[in-house]
Amino acid sequence: MEMKQAVTGNTGPKVRSDIEVTLESTASGGVELEIRSKVKTMYGNAIEKQCRDLLRYFGIENARMKVDDSGALPFVIAARVEAAVRALGRMPAPFLPEMIAENRYASERGRFRFSRLYLPGNNPGMFLNAGLHSPDGVILDLEDSVAPEKKDEARILVRNALRAVDFYGAERMVRINQGDRGLEDLDYVIPHNVHLVLIPKCESRESVMKIDERIGEIREREKIGRPVFLMPIIESAAGVEKAFEIATSSSSVVAMAIGLEDYTADLGVQRTKEGLESLYARNRLVVAAKAAGIQPIDSVFSDVADMEGLLDNVLRSKAMGFEGMGCIHPRQIAVIRKGFSPEPEETEKAKKIVLAFREARRRGLGVVALGSKMIDPPVVARAEKTIALAVRLGLLPENWEEQEPEE
Amino acid sequence: MKMIENAAGRLVPDEINGHEAVPFKGVGKHRPSGRKYGPPLPTCIDYPGDNNKVVASLREALERCGLRDGMTVSTHHHLRDGDLVNNRIFDIAAEMGVKDLVWLPSASFPCNEPVIKYLEDGTINRIEGSMNGPLGRFVSEGRMKGTAVLRSHGGRVQAIQDGEVKIDIAVITAPAADSFGNAKGTGGPSATGVLGYAKADYLYADRVIVVTDNLVDLPCFPMEIEGNYVDCVVVVDKLGIPEKIVSGTTQITRSPDRLLIAELTAMFLEKSGLLYDGATMQAGAGGTSLAIAVFVHEMLKKKGWKLSFGFGGSTKYMVKMLEEGQMGYILDAQAFDLDAVRSVEENPNHIPYSVFNAYNYHSKGNLTTMMDIMILGATEIDTEFNGNVVTHSDGLMLHGIGGWQNCLHARNVILPVPLFRDRIPVIVDQVTTLCGPGELIDVIITERGIAINPRRQDLLDSVRGKGLPLVTVEELKEMAERICGKPEKAAFDDRVVAAIKWVDGTVIDSVRKVSR
Repeated sequence: MEMKQAVTGNTGPKVRSDIEVTLESTASGGVELEIRSKVKTMYGNAIEKQCRDLLRYFGIENARMKVDDSGALPFVIAARVEAAVRALGRMPAPFLPEMIAENRYASERGRFRFSRLYLPGNNPGMFLNAGLHSPDGVILDLEDSVAPEKKDEARILVRNALRAVDFYGAERMVRINQGDRGLEDLDYVIPHNVHLVLIPKCESRESVMKIDERIGEIREREKIGRPVFLMPIIESAAGVEKAFEIATSSSSVVAMAIGLEDYTADLGVQRTKEGLESLYARNRLVVAAKAAGIQPIDSVFSDVADMEGLLDNVLRSKAMGFEGMGCIHPRQIAVIRKGFSPEPEETEKAKKIVLAFREARRRGLGVVALGSKMIDPPVVARAEKTIALAVRLGLLPENWEEQEPEE
Repeated sequence: MKMIENAAGRLVPDEINGHEAVPFKGVGKHRPSGRKYGPPLPTCIDYPGDNNKVVASLREALERCGLRDGMTVSTHHHLRDGDLVNNRIFDIAAEMGVKDLVWLPSASFPCNEPVIKYLEDGTINRIEGSMNGPLGRFVSEGRMKGTAVLRSHGGRVQAIQDGEVKIDIAVITAPAADSFGNAKGTGGPSATGVLGYAKADYLYADRVIVVTDNLVDLPCFPMEIEGNYVDCVVVVDKLGIPEKIVSGTTQITRSPDRLLIAELTAMFLEKSGLLYDGATMQAGAGGTSLAIAVFVHEMLKKKGWKLSFGFGGSTKYMVKMLEEGQMGYILDAQAFDLDAVRSVEENPNHIPYSVFNAYNYHSKGNLTTMMDIMILGATEIDTEFNGNVVTHSDGLMLHGIGGWQNCLHARNVILPVPLFRDRIPVIVDQVTTLCGPGELIDVIITERGIAINPRRQDLLDSVRGKGLPLVTVEELKEMAERICGKPEKAAFDDRVVAAIKWVDGTVIDSVRKVSR
């Protein structure tokens, strides 16, 4: 259906780094352009040129366009204009901003996913500095943080951000929508070096496989050699019951997360800071993930002002076996990282155990002892894990053994 | 009037408001001679025998002090955006039919917007002083009759002391005063803590009016303003709106990006060795500066170190350092929040200290050169490290200089700024308005990298290889332009609307009317 007028983007006293585009198709008279911008003196001409070039690119010869700009960067302007053209019912070829060289890096299956920062997919102002806060991953969210009427424009904005915004080495993640809309989202984002796709409200092996299949098609079409990893999010009682099945549904699944807001709503209980109401679900998710050889990831902690509460929460998560959690504010990143890192005492103890074990091996002893205490094999295994983690985090040098003083 | 190129390569007028102006010669090059300006000799026999100088109204005081056309009236800004008196002066002048006044505020605030009507009707010819917001915009649009003169806090004292500016009447709002005119900043409903900006005014003005809403018994002690210099005392219902004079509580920034810059700054201070046991430090009251103070405080506690003193504007964060033992003294020209006001009142180690002594070119030494660490801001910084604090990149004059130029003389000047604000780069080719020469600016700290002035090889050496994100200022500029696009310069008309003075009274740059 041809629409007469389309409005995309955002404007208002609190909006920054965004632009509102109002596009009206007309029968004749060429392109009439009205520009209001907070940065008109410095970029008025650049904005005008970009808008006219874009309309030409999209094949629009006659239109009235009004833009209300709060300092949007070019990739945002391009996304908003394209979304407006599409909202008028046209289906032009997408306009892709340049893929910056910094964005071509790869991810790996086993990388740390301690912290992953949620970025509402239709708020470009939050994208620009997200990577500077050093999260392990950034999640460009197309699902719950985007209003239903903004879903179409958000996926274009996220696509452009994946090409134009430097995320400074963070794992590049996108949370797609549920159902068919989510499958459509994949067409927009997968070709632009997405490392991992989060699958919301996951309740079955089939839903993961469907997404995996679609990603496979896109990778083949676009000749993408790199894998695209999956992280299903369990957010319901039904999902919890299927946790292991979901965790093992595809080799692309590298982690599985739990979303407690929706889960507690599904149960009809309050979400508390202590989290007793979700204890079973979290335990089950951890066990299922570990059994499947993937990372279990905890839910976000929603009180962004309470850093002590957050740290308690992280320590509890770690104690339960989780290997990461989501964040909704950049200040949470450092706390989460610290919480999941081994404590110095923990590392020291692990070092002693590992050294004692190796010494016993060397001497051909069957029993390992540290002081007067016997050490069982699982204790050694755990200590080895702690050491490996400390080395990977840079808390211990790789050759730590050589640096140990001789007894 | 003609325009001449000064030592910084900027075009400046050789004449401002009919007075000859000296172009900037370079840092530390201007050495004026002569004697200090002196107000006329008063005699005590002209004052009431009982020394009761209270008059019925501000109008009566202004009349007694002989307010007439062309006079210069000075005010201070300790009441900040809560001021209810300064605009009244010009209401009265307009009622009296007085024209062509020069207003010499130590700073103006958005609450002073009503004086625009007196700039339009000719009651006021011009403002010589820091302007922000609506007044700055008015001037930038070329709507003020005279030319604005912007001076630093110290430059204002210099101009008063060497007679470049002659104050006919100083109106000093005082949170407490007695009938003789002794006055102070503490006590009463409009407490400001200190009155550090009023000192030059009361010592050098021909006539001095003290206005208070809190008349106390003689003597008002400890007096920051001495009654011997005062002509009249006026008692009003209310000097100001308390919550706008001092914030109930100043807050560190909550912006994660600003906090990141603050963290990086604290890390730089530590790794460079600029922070040490016994160091001196000054940081402003902006959200980022406060966050830096908090991070520095944590660092000091961890190391068991103590700053020997800090220079205010004081805030609760500085007060906390003082009270918890990580700062020896606060020397203070203004208190920004209620904790700071309380501390000035209660703590003998929190000492009122005026800009008169801290920043003045005609002083026999200045406090600023004793500061190890100076944290400042800027609207723009260029690849020569030159700084701008008065105009935005669009050419509009929206801020005052404050103490910024004076503070540049500290040992290590550090500017933590975002690389760009919205789409507007902060690091640029050339600043729109030159307020401070690059040779005085040592370090720029942005969220995307730290640039050290190549003149400071010592600082470069001190942090190299210590894991800080060091870049050149050119790299910062390129990063900003790569993200934002290359900005166009603002377009200006020929008319000079404001002169920017350097701390020594020479003209470092001029601001022109923005083109429409």
